[in-house]
Amino acid sequence: MARFAAKHCAFLLLTLSVVSFLVFALNEFSPGAVARKERGAYATQEQVELLTRQLGLDRPLLVRYADYVGKVARGDLGYSARFKAPVGDVIWKHLRNTGLLAALAFACIVPFSMLLGIAAGMRESSRLDRAILIFSTVMASIPEFALGVFLASVFVVWLGWLPGTATLVAGGGWSLGAQLVLPVAVIVLFDSGYVISMIRASMVEVMQRPYIRTAVLKGLPFRSVILRHAVRNAMITPITVILLQINYLVAGVVVVETVFAYPGFGRMMLEGALFKDIALVEAGALVAVSLAVVTNILGDAAYMLLDPRIRA
Amino acid sequence: MTPTPATAEVLVVPAPVAARRRARGWWRRLTAVGDSTPATVGVAVILFWLTMAALAPVVAPYAPNATDLAALAHTTPSKAHWLGTDHLGRDLLSRILWGARPVLVIAPLAVLGATALGCLLGLAAGYKGGWIDLVVTRACDIVLSFPVIILYMIILTHFGSSAWNIIGVLTLTKAPIIARIVRGLTLDLREREYVTAAKMRGESSLYIMFVEILPNARGPLIVDMCLRTGYNIIIIGVLGFLGIGLPPPDPDWGGMVKDTYGMMMVWPHMALVPCAAISSLVVGFNLLAVGLREIGLRD
Amino acid sequence: MTDALLELQDVAITYAARGGEVEAVRRLSLRLEPGEALGLVGESGCGKSTVALSIVRYLGRTGRIARGRILFEGRDLATIGDAELRALRGRRIAMVYQDPMASLNPVMTVGRQLMEVPMIHDGAGADAARRRALAMLGEVKLSDPEAVMDRYPHQLSGGQQQRIVIAMALIAEPALLIMDEPTTGLDVTVEAAVLDLVRDLRRRHRSAIVFISHNLGTVARVCDRIGVMYRGELVEDGPVRRIFGDPRHPYTRGLLDCLPTLGRDKRHAPLVPIPGHLESSHARPSGCGFAARCVHVEPARCTVTPIPLAPIDGDTGHRAACVRATELPVWSRRRAEAPAASAAVASAALVTTEHLGKLYRPRGGLFGRRRPGVRALSDVDLGAGRRQTLAIVGESGCGKSTLAKVLAGIEVASEGRVSLDGIEIGRLGVDARDRQLKRRLQMVFQNPDSTLNPSHTVGYAIGRALRRLRGGAPADAAAGVARLLEVVKLSPAMAGRRPRQLSGGEKQRVAIARALAGDPDVIVADEPVSALDVSVQAAIVNLLAELQAAHGTTLIFISHDLAVVRYLADHVAVMYLGAVAEFGPVERVFAPPWHPYTEALLSAVPVPDPDAAGARIVLEGVVPRATERPRGCPFATRCPRKVGAVCEDTPPPVQRLADGHRLACHIPPAELQRLQSMIGAR
Repeated sequence: MARFAAKHCAFLLLTLSVVSFLVFALNEFSPGAVARKERGAYATQEQVELLTRQLGLDRPLLVRYADYVGKVARGDLGYSARFKAPVGDVIWKHLRNTGLLAALAFACIVPFSMLLGIAAGMRESSRLDRAILIFSTVMASIPEFALGVFLASVFVVWLGWLPGTATLVAGGGWSLGAQLVLPVAVIVLFDSGYVISMIRASMVEVMQRPYIRTAVLKGLPFRSVILRHAVRNAMITPITVILLQINYLVAGVVVVETVFAYPGFGRMMLEGALFKDIALVEAGALVAVSLAVVTNILGDAAYMLLDPRIRA
Repeated sequence: MTPTPATAEVLVVPAPVAARRRARGWWRRLTAVGDSTPATVGVAVILFWLTMAALAPVVAPYAPNATDLAALAHTTPSKAHWLGTDHLGRDLLSRILWGARPVLVIAPLAVLGATALGCLLGLAAGYKGGWIDLVVTRACDIVLSFPVIILYMIILTHFGSSAWNIIGVLTLTKAPIIARIVRGLTLDLREREYVTAAKMRGESSLYIMFVEILPNARGPLIVDMCLRTGYNIIIIGVLGFLGIGLPPPDPDWGGMVKDTYGMMMVWPHMALVPCAAISSLVVGFNLLAVGLREIGLRD
Repeated sequence: MTDALLELQDVAITYAARGGEVEAVRRLSLRLEPGEALGLVGESGCGKSTVALSIVRYLGRTGRIARGRILFEGRDLATIGDAELRALRGRRIAMVYQDPMASLNPVMTVGRQLMEVPMIHDGAGADAARRRALAMLGEVKLSDPEAVMDRYPHQLSGGQQQRIVIAMALIAEPALLIMDEPTTGLDVTVEAAVLDLVRDLRRRHRSAIVFISHNLGTVARVCDRIGVMYRGELVEDGPVRRIFGDPRHPYTRGLLDCLPTLGRDKRHAPLVPIPGHLESSHARPSGCGFAARCVHVEPARCTVTPIPLAPIDGDTGHRAACVRATELPVWSRRRAEAPAASAAVASAALVTTEHLGKLYRPRGGLFGRRRPGVRALSDVDLGAGRRQTLAIVGESGCGKSTLAKVLAGIEVASEGRVSLDGIEIGRLGVDARDRQLKRRLQMVFQNPDSTLNPSHTVGYAIGRALRRLRGGAPADAAAGVARLLEVVKLSPAMAGRRPRQLSGGEKQRVAIARALAGDPDVIVADEPVSALDVSVQAAIVNLLAELQAAHGTTLIFISHDLAVVRYLADHVAVMYLGAVAEFGPVERVFAPPWHPYTEALLSAVPVPDPDAAGARIVLEGVVPRATERPRGCPFATRCPRKVGAVCEDTPPPVQRLADGHRLACHIPPAELQRLQSMIGAR
């Protein structure tokens, strides 16, 4: 157990270092550009160079990186040029919003996908299976923004039941819940497409196994065979996949956030990148990667817990 | 442990040997696509878009960037503009047809690049093992643990988004996935006895990797390539939608949605049309992948 | 006549396939009385497993019972409802399968899987179910039942897993027990123990048994009656003594003739394989399905109309589906002839190993615990002469595969020497050997399905071997390939085919041709016939013997099948847990004095002779794990002749007997001879 933890912690640190260095290098490779950005396009060359020296940007890359690492360790993530606030605050605020969205979506995706995936896989090539297969394939094929547009055109433009944006601003007549319905629906539908097909595939494979034949020929009712023998085995691999979806839900939903103007983490990163808000982007990348690695670790741990053959 | 008789007990024997010899291998495999409904539908959709994209200069009624000021008064579908026009008066049908071209060039190229790179890495890691495996696996893990959208954002805003940059970034981010698949297949296949036989003949590692192992990884790879193409098309659309895709004014389906979805309350068709286009194309590739998987299992 | 427990009346089973429906079983009729044990034998594709699965109506989506009735206790199983079927399954009819590891749920403890049966069928509570499960575990002779209940399947050995599956089947006291190849895949000694258990349980529980196997020996041990199947039809059935003593169908005779029983020797006569090969199920001829391969065929009578299963000489207990059943010449089993002069002429050893050892060290890992190494080979001394066959026999874990790998260069020796014609090759991995050396030693593998690359044609595979080992120009390749194909008795037209289109026997022949491409001095064959049907085995074994005689190749033949070894080998080495227990000329090793392990092996081999008597030695105990080798004799934990603590503490001395025969035992050979002759030699 300790070995497991140590190995993964080491990997986390390694990944963080590599990624943060790459992002840092990418952004700050030309020190002049940073200062020019600060000063604006009409600044003179001398002003730019003055600022460069002032900010210490003329030092070698590695030194600046070490300096940056030191600052991060102390908790100082810098100041966001785009949002005009400390980076830490900006990230926290947006992360919280995304967290709300992610939690709601996750709570829907897991039972929905499991239900459909198991129902499809337990009787392969049945009509239900074909229907679910087509459904999940189509859902996974429609880009999130297209799903957003389709759903919005029905529920916002045509029926007028739901708001077209989810800015989380209380005014405008739409409750918080109503604002969240469409973004969550889009995420759930898109992501389920993928997760359902994974669960279905795993279930189909398990149903071919000889121990299912043993269970059936023991005279167990079909329900018992599925619930007690098949599902437990079929969910081993998908659990890891499902946990990895958390990763997607935090950063990958930038598209949905953009469609519905939701002030989330992904959108924050996009604006930071477009605006060349370096401090924000660097810190955001660190957060995203840490989250990714942590979910990876959780996935591995879950795998070990579920499969007694690995535990040994 | 004593092994069991090789031929399975009741597996149905495939079509008579003589008939097999007449039909050439690849032709038979091609026509097998017809056996599976998802595959047929998928191929039909893909062929449709390929034809449309190839013939766009001939078939499109207008130039893609030509604005028709007269139509601005009436942008919804009409006889003059079958799918209507966008907010700048440009014919949507033409823009859709022309917009298919970059997508159908970039996505497959990126997939080919990722597959080539991924195969190389996966084979080397799986077959050679040792430190090559360690380095490759860790590198793949690092790349994969990065939320790709953020990666795209960072790289494309920094280096600018041209077609080659997009292909490059897609290749780099997709190659690790393929490398993992190929590595898994290689780990399995390298234990096969024919690989040992090849070693005993003194074949070089390169020969074994590319002539003995790789051809047998074909099946899962081809299915994966279809899936990747579909997914790449989605990503290209997303990049366009986020504003970091191909630069305007050339039509880019994602970009078209970005420009027009704000006007959905008034003119929903402007955003709906490109959304439908991109969805249908991706559905085609995904259905093909589903169908190919079915066929592969049936064999 | 009592009402039959199970009766199949004119049953036909079909599978839906791409080209239409394929008949897997046609026109099968048989009866099973309560408490009777019926064996169903046949080779792969004959439909025996399909019959078994049809009884419990588990034919998958594509299979169906097209015709006929399956009457069990009066009810037609083909048409009863699902609820009734479920009530029967597991309770009145239970099944035991071939691969016990795969047949048990890997994430559920063995105890819970056992308890499910009484809980579902008898409505027993958890406590009552647990008690019954424990009692059943005791009956199947598993030691420490309490601990076993909480184990997962992967923590048990193959033999233990199969006992669990048998316990699961018997716990509800079924009237009919179907066993589908239950011991295939188990080691010989474990198999013997399981077969004994089955006989014992049968006596106690009085269940009827349908025992399916391709191995005539196991069937002879357990069954009262035997049915022989070929291509979906029952070609002969009758009491076990009749079938083995007076078979009346040419296929049954062919099967019995091609078996190398422990007395036969290659120096006397080649094995008699069944000519031809199994046709695909599509090309079904009218008339007798065996006609194309039958040596007694008369086209006018045999190939026109279907041949029914008819009683022989009016005896309905013994039937055969052959129009010539009563006209066939009298058959007698090929018995062992007096051994010829020992062919173990002391010829100069071509391949020798001296004190060969192989230790697999564990990978360190950054945070790894210190795990003990696995000692696969320990102090192995062997030799194989020119033109001779050295057979290496043992069960799983004995190190024979590792030995093959070291000889081939896939692994390198950790200790000791291996020399080929004086050249030290033990430390030379295959990459380090030059082309000459590679040419001189080649290998034939075990699994015909993975021995050839499915993406390459036969011609390419052999041609490539020719090019790499002989260095010939590509232009000569076609001629060379054709020549090699002829040597292994395949038509040169095969060169364009792919492995998918070949049968198991054909694939193995191609593999042998490939190994012969460089005209090697030594061929290491790792279980080359174990995965083949019996009739095909005989042909390949003959081929190997002929090739050796013609080309003077030294053959190092690794196998677990003692009958084939007795037939083919000049010298034999019996291995156990990485050490050589006994070594010597084949007649000497197969006659007393035996090493106690050899003795147990020989007595465990199921012989296709219902009269085979002789005290049987059933090994108790478990094979120690390779990581926990005992200090003294490796066999000490299970040896029925253990003399005391000395066996556990001190490695046994190597006793040298006549003609190069040696064995490693603390008991002096004279004493062994005395003890073992009391039982009677084979």
